[in-house]
Amino acid sequence: MHGLINRSLENFVRDTYGIELWDSVMQELDLGYESFEPMFRYDNAVTRAVTLAVAARLDRTCEDLLEDFGTYLVADARSERVRRLLRFGGVDYLDFLHSLDDLPGRAHLAVPDLDLPDLELVDRGAGEFALRVSHSEGGFGHVLLGALRALADDYGALALLEYEGRDGINATLSIRLLDAAFHEGKNFDLAAGAGA
Amino acid sequence: MNVMTTLPTIQLGHAALDHMMPMHVLVDSTGVILHAGPTLAKIRPGKPLTGQSFFRTFELRRPRYIDSMEAVFAHQGAKVYVRLRDEHKTQLIGVAACLPGQEGVLLNFSFGITILDAVKRYDLAGSDFAPTDLTLEMLYLVEAKSAAMEASNKLAHKLHGQKSEAEAEASSDTLTGLHNRRALDQALDRLISRDIPFTLMNLDLDFFKAVNDTLGHAAGDLVLKQVARILVEETRDDDLVARVGGDEFVLLFPGMTDEVRLMAISRRIIRRLEEPVPYRDEFCRISASIGMVRSNCYPVPSAERMLEDADIALYASKDRGRAQATMFSAALVDGDKEASVAGLPGR
Repeated sequence: MHGLINRSLENFVRDTYGIELWDSVMQELDLGYESFEPMFRYDNAVTRAVTLAVAARLDRTCEDLLEDFGTYLVADARSERVRRLLRFGGVDYLDFLHSLDDLPGRAHLAVPDLDLPDLELVDRGAGEFALRVSHSEGGFGHVLLGALRALADDYGALALLEYEGRDGINATLSIRLLDAAFHEGKNFDLAAGAGA
Repeated sequence: MNVMTTLPTIQLGHAALDHMMPMHVLVDSTGVILHAGPTLAKIRPGKPLTGQSFFRTFELRRPRYIDSMEAVFAHQGAKVYVRLRDEHKTQLIGVAACLPGQEGVLLNFSFGITILDAVKRYDLAGSDFAPTDLTLEMLYLVEAKSAAMEASNKLAHKLHGQKSEAEAEASSDTLTGLHNRRALDQALDRLISRDIPFTLMNLDLDFFKAVNDTLGHAAGDLVLKQVARILVEETRDDDLVARVGGDEFVLLFPGMTDEVRLMAISRRIIRRLEEPVPYRDEFCRISASIGMVRSNCYPVPSAERMLEDADIALYASKDRGRAQATMFSAALVDGDKEASVAGLPGR
């Protein structure tokens, strides 16, 4: 797993549940470091172990925890950058949904070894879509569920999202877009992050 | 079979043009702007472009000879560089196409490389660009690259800091904070390879073992710290003071080979080291013996040889009753003890 992903998970746990919880989880796992380095790579088993240990501390399922992680990535001001990079995908939520197929490609342009899941949006008609999330690690579907729900809100769209299940490496989310312009949504200033 | 097909002349409504080329202008044959796309209109708020003179609104930068509609017609299809005549002098790149019958010209613009400034200056949004425009992809890349670069830079700084720390730790003596053997070897190599003349001083504490044996290791440590302080105080910033053994020190004096001065420094160091160090109710009393060697005594100095010769000079000092300094000379090796020596007055 790429360090950027592990570090984001770490930031989520620290920001949401406190540094003490993070430190004690890392102490328990005894990996030889207390923090993830964003530009390093880590074994997938490390990410799984951290997720399991944090979920156990909080007495929650990994699925719930990862969904909250997805929400954090989009909705929390401390990870504004992720939200911004996702919002570049489209001018409205529908446009954004259609851009999801390109998301791993976009990510590769910036960080060539970032291993995001393959995404495929299928139009089921009548405002309903299925998103196929393919990755050897099962957690991505849940993270995306949280992130896409938060993004619907960010765009001001009213949408119902559900996790349908996982078959082999393919997890499926269902997305029902009820109203693309339900409310104002959050402003997206193209220039804010350019550093110019 | 080669069939020549005649393509139909395309008639596009303004709404379609506005959508596909939101930064176009239509100019009539007299140079008056007939219509401007919505994004171009947006960057001139409160100043409608329609009805304005094209040449008074846009300054043609390259090629410069374009200053009439005839020149624009002649230049159609080629890239032009223009500048808005506003307070920002925003640069645009464009291309022109003649309308049928030379009724006028259609020019389409883009921001080119000034896009980062333009997006900020004119508060542009994703919907201000044509759906096929790659501007958003470029802005995305700029932002993603900046983020990746920031993470890389942070890591590089962190590693650099850790490296410096590790190097400092690896080259210093933990008790006294002086340099260690490793640092001494590196400094010696550096001086020799750069051909800088220098003096190497070997300093051994006298009676230190007695302090350790009678007053204990805590007293010994206290004395060593005091010795370190004195050696640093009595040397220049560029000199190197290293602790290479329990009570053995080596000092390097780059650029200094004057025997009279070196002997004076040696005497001062020995005198200060002999000042009693209070420990509980007692005083720790030590002294030191010194042997020195100068790099310019050798055709080609070597670190190993100089350390050996400094040792010979040091033992000459010890032989003569300690608390002495001796400058190495070839005579010492021949067993002749008439080498340059300095004892303390009154001893």
